Amino acid sequence: MFQSILIFRNFRYLKWALAVSLFALISYFAFEPFDGNRNGGTWAGYALGTIGALLIVWLMWFGIRKRRYGGGGASVEDWLSAHVYLGLALIVVATLHTGFQFGWNVHTLAYALMVIVILSGVFGLFAYLRVPELMTQNRRGVTLELMMREIASLDAECRAAALPLGDEVNQLVLDAAERTKIGGGVRRILSGKDRNCPTGAAIRGVQHLAEHTVSDNAEGFRALLMLLARKEDLLGRARRDVRFKSLLDIWLYMHVPVSFSLLVALIAHIVSVFFYW
Amino acid sequence: MTENYEAVVTENYKVAIIGSGPAGLSAAARAAACGLQHILLEKAPHLSDTIYKYQKGKLVMAAPDVLPLRSDLTFKIGAREEVLGAWDRQTADIKTNVRRQAEVTGISGEKGNFTLKLAGGETLTAEFVVFSIGLQGNIRKLGVPGQDRDWVQYQLDDPAEYEGETIVVVGAGDAGIENALALAKQNNVIIINRGDDFVRAKQGNFIGITTAIEKDEIGCFYNAETVLVEDDGIMLATPQGETKVKCDRVIARLGAMPPRKFVEACGIKFPNNDPSALPELSPQYESNVPGLYIIGALAGYPLIKQAMNQGYEVIEYIQGKNLKPADEPLLEEKFAGIPGNRTVDEVLEFIKSSVPLLAGLTTLQLREFLIDSNVHTPKAGDIIFERNDYTNSFFSIIDGGVNIHVDSLDQTRIVQLGKGDFFGEMGLLSGRRRTATVLANAPSLLIETPRRSMIKLINSVAAVKRVMDEVTVGRQIQTYIAPGIPMGDLADVIRSVRIEKFDQGQVLFREGDEGDGLYLIQRGSVTVSREISGKESVISYVAAGNYIGEMALISNAPRSATIRAAVAVEALRLDGAPFRQLMARNVTVRRAMEASYRGRMMANLETTKQPEAGGIIQFLVAQGLGEATDVLLIEESLCVRCDNCEKACAETHQGTSRLDREAGPTYETLHVPTSCRHCEHPHCMADCPPDALRRNPNGEVYITDSCIGCGNCERNCPYGVIHMAAVAPKKPGLLQWLLFGRGPGPGADMTVESKKSKQKTDPAPKKAVKCDMCKDVDGGPACVRACPTGAAARVKPEHFFKIVSQGL
Repeated sequence: MFQSILIFRNFRYLKWALAVSLFALISYFAFEPFDGNRNGGTWAGYALGTIGALLIVWLMWFGIRKRRYGGGGASVEDWLSAHVYLGLALIVVATLHTGFQFGWNVHTLAYALMVIVILSGVFGLFAYLRVPELMTQNRRGVTLELMMREIASLDAECRAAALPLGDEVNQLVLDAAERTKIGGGVRRILSGKDRNCPTGAAIRGVQHLAEHTVSDNAEGFRALLMLLARKEDLLGRARRDVRFKSLLDIWLYMHVPVSFSLLVALIAHIVSVFFYW
Repeated sequence: MTENYEAVVTENYKVAIIGSGPAGLSAAARAAACGLQHILLEKAPHLSDTIYKYQKGKLVMAAPDVLPLRSDLTFKIGAREEVLGAWDRQTADIKTNVRRQAEVTGISGEKGNFTLKLAGGETLTAEFVVFSIGLQGNIRKLGVPGQDRDWVQYQLDDPAEYEGETIVVVGAGDAGIENALALAKQNNVIIINRGDDFVRAKQGNFIGITTAIEKDEIGCFYNAETVLVEDDGIMLATPQGETKVKCDRVIARLGAMPPRKFVEACGIKFPNNDPSALPELSPQYESNVPGLYIIGALAGYPLIKQAMNQGYEVIEYIQGKNLKPADEPLLEEKFAGIPGNRTVDEVLEFIKSSVPLLAGLTTLQLREFLIDSNVHTPKAGDIIFERNDYTNSFFSIIDGGVNIHVDSLDQTRIVQLGKGDFFGEMGLLSGRRRTATVLANAPSLLIETPRRSMIKLINSVAAVKRVMDEVTVGRQIQTYIAPGIPMGDLADVIRSVRIEKFDQGQVLFREGDEGDGLYLIQRGSVTVSREISGKESVISYVAAGNYIGEMALISNAPRSATIRAAVAVEALRLDGAPFRQLMARNVTVRRAMEASYRGRMMANLETTKQPEAGGIIQFLVAQGLGEATDVLLIEESLCVRCDNCEKACAETHQGTSRLDREAGPTYETLHVPTSCRHCEHPHCMADCPPDALRRNPNGEVYITDSCIGCGNCERNCPYGVIHMAAVAPKKPGLLQWLLFGRGPGPGADMTVESKKSKQKTDPAPKKAVKCDMCKDVDGGPACVRACPTGAAARVKPEHFFKIVSQGL
C-alpha cells in the first residue's frame, strides 16, 4: 500500500534508467571514431549530449510539475521516482559524453555543476529515506508547537519552584527561561545540540548549589531539578526535530539554485560548441 | 401603555400571533395589511430574537431559491443587520400591532374564544392563535438574585472576544463544557458542576474537560449550586459551605425549556416521543386544537422563506380564503412528466391511494415530501441504480414495477416488486453501498426521496417507521444471511428478531458467554477481540451488512470472542432455536454458515500470528475509522513533511486546504491526519438547513453551493474536518509567478494576500468547506497524487483492516 520511491511500481524507473545507461555504454564503445579520440564531437558524442541535455531539461521540469496541482497524468510519486533514477543515469550519459576530456572551460564547468546537483540530490534521497522515521520516533506523537508550549509552561513552573531557593538559583532559572534558544545558525541547527544551553548550565549550577549549600529545602531542590531535567529532555527533542526538518530541506538550497546555474552553463556550452564548430 | 393594571381590561383580537420570527412577523404583516384586529406577542425586547442573536454581520441566506416569496415584508439575501432593519421599518410602516417583552405563559379556551395569559399577569383574548415560536425555547436562567446583571450572560457568540478575564461557566452540559474549553485558551476559567462528574457530556467533551481540570487549566467546583450573583463575583453553596468566587463574567449554560412542553400544555399533540417529532397539522397549518395554528420551524419548516410564506398563508386561511400553496408551481413542474395530465391534487390523491407507506401522511407532509423528491418515469429495462453505488435515496413505486437483481453472480435470481412497494431502504439504513441492481420491469412511475427527507418522515410518522421496520428486517435476512430463501420459510426467524442498539464501546457479547443467537449488523460496525496472554486484543473488524455470532451457534460452544461496538450500532438479533431449525431444513443456509465459520476460524488464526495488527486496528477504530468509508492515512516513515498534500488540496479547492497533515494521532509510524473520512452516516448531514451536504454514488460526501454558512456541520463533525472559509482570490499563473514574481506562488498561503484585500472590500461570506475527495479533479485525490514520496494513501477501512491482518 505504501511504497517508497525506490521500490515504486516494482522498480519501473530503475529499469528505465538502466536501459538509458546501457544504451549510452553501447553507443560509447560500439562507435569507433576515425581518430580514435572519443569525445562530444563525434556522432556518438552528439547523441549522448542530446540525450543528456534533454534529460536535464526534463529533470528540471519536475519543479514545474510538482507545482501543477490540478491535472491528471502521472502522479508526483511517479515523477519523483523517475527523477531519482534518471537523474542518476545522467551521470553515466554525461560522463560518457565528455569522453573523459576535462579542462578549465565552460564545458567542464557545466559538467561539474551537474555533478554537484546530482550529489546534492543523492544527499536529499538519503535524507528522505532515513530522516522521516527518526523524526516520528523523536516526536512521540507530539508536534513541535506542543513541545514549545510545554517548555513554556515548564519555565513557569521552574520559576515558581525556584522562589524559595535563594537569589543564585533564581538567577540561573531566570537565565534558563529567558536565554534558552532553539535553533540559531546553520551549524547549531544541524548539530541538534547547544553546548552553551542556559538550561544545561542551570541544571549543573543548581546541582552544584544543592550540594554545597546548607539548606533545609532539599525537597525543593529535588523538585526544581526534576522540572529542569524534563525541560532539558524536551529541549533536546525539539532541537532534534528542528535538525531533522532542516536535513530534509537544506540540500534543496544547493540542489535548486545550482540546477539553474547548470542550465545557464549548459546553454553556454551548447552555443559555444556550435559557434566554434 | 399605561402603568395602571388595577382595572384589568381584557383586550380582544381576531388573531393573536406568538413569536415574531420570520413566520410570525409575516403573519402579523398580512393581518395588518388585511385590516384584521391582531396582536403580535414577542417575549424579547426586539423582533426576531433568533436572527437577532446571529453573529454580527452574518449573512442571512434566502434559500431555497426556487421558492417564490409570498409576504407583505421583503426578504432577500443580506447581512443580518440589513434584514432586521428592513423588517423593523416595514413592520412599523404597515402598522403592525406588536407588543415586545410579552411572554405568553398559558393558553386556554377554544376556537373563537382563546384566553392568553402573559407573564405579567395580564390576559387577552383572541378568536384564533398562531404559534410561530420556533425551536429555540426559553433559555433557563440562574434563578437567583442578580441573574440579570449585565455581566451574566446566557450565551457565548465568540470566545475570542474575551481575553485575560476570570470567567465562571455554570453548567456541566456540552454547551457549558465547550464554552469553558474555548474560553480557557486565553482566560482564567472556572466551571460549576451541580453533580460530581461530567458523564452526561459527549465523549470528546468529557475527555476534554476532565483533562483540562486535571492539568489545572480549568478550575472546577463539584456539587455546587449558585446562590447569589454579587457586584464582583458569584456566591456558591458547596459541600464545604458557601464560597465566593470573584470573577469578571458569568456564563450560564443551563439549557432551554423545549417549546414542545409549552405547546403540549396547550393541548397540541405530537405523534411520538422522538425529540425531532413535529406536531400533526392540517394542510392549512391548523393543529388538532381547532383555531390553533402552527407555522415556521416548529411546524418543520426551518428556512426563513418557507416560514414567511406560511405566515402569509395562515392569515389568509383564517379569513376563510382558499389559496393555492406557494409550492404549487414547484409541484406542477415536478409532475409535468407524469402521463395523463393530472392536476397536482389528483396526483397527490393517486400517490396516497397507491403507496400504503405514504397513506398515513397529511397532505402537508406529502407535499413537503414530494418537493424534496424527484419523479422518475423509467421504461422497462431502465436501470434505477446499480450494485455498489453509494446512493442512499429511497424509492416508492407509484405505478409499474421493478426487478431487483439480488445476486451479482446469478442473473436469474430476481425479486419483483410492484405498485405500492418501496426499495432502497437498505442503503438508507446501513449508509453503505447498494446491495443490488434494480431495473424497471414495466413503464413505471417512481418517486425518489433523499435520505434526509426520509429520515425526517420516519421520525415524525410512526406508521412509516413501523412498516419500514417490518419489511426491512425480512429483506436484510434474505440479503445477508439466507439468500434465495422465500420469505415464507423465514417467518419463524423473522418473528424472533429484535432490533438492539448499542452505544460506542458497548459489548454485544463476551468471550466465554453462553452463546445463543446471531447478530446481523444493520448499522455501524464492531470489533472482534480475544483474550491473548491476559490482555484483550482486537483481532478483526466487522462492518454493517455482516453477521456475527454464528461460531457459537454452529459449534454449540461458548462465545469464542468479545464483540464490541466500534461506533453506535444497530443490530438485528436472531434467536438461536428458530435459526437452527432453519439450518436443519435448509442446506444452503447451513453451508453458508459453515463456510463463514471456517473462514472466520482461519482468519482468527492468521491474526493471532500478527499480534501487531490488533494494535493498529484498535488504534484506527479508536480514531473513528469504524464508521469511515474512505480515509486518508500517512505512513510517516515515508513522509518528508513537505506539506505538498495540503498545498495541493488548497490549490484545487479555492485556496483552503481541507486537510491538516500534522494534526491527528500517530500509531508507530501510521498517522491519521485531520481529514474527512466520509462516514457511513455522516454526522455533518444530520442538520443542514438547505440540505447542502450530499453524497455521490461513489461515496464522496461533499457540500453544494447552496451552503448558507450556518456552521451546523462544523459543529456536528466529531472529527473536526469541516471549517468555515471564504473563497480566496485567484492566483496568478505559474509562469507569471516564476518569471515576473507575481505572488503568491503555487502552494503559498493566500491568507496574507486576502487580508490585505479585506480592508478594501467587505469580507467574502464564509461557507463550510470539507474534503470532497477531489470528485471534480482529474486523476483523483490531489493530496495523494501530489505526495512525492508515496506516504499518503486513501483507503477503505475494511480493505485496509484486511491488509493489516494479513501483515503489511
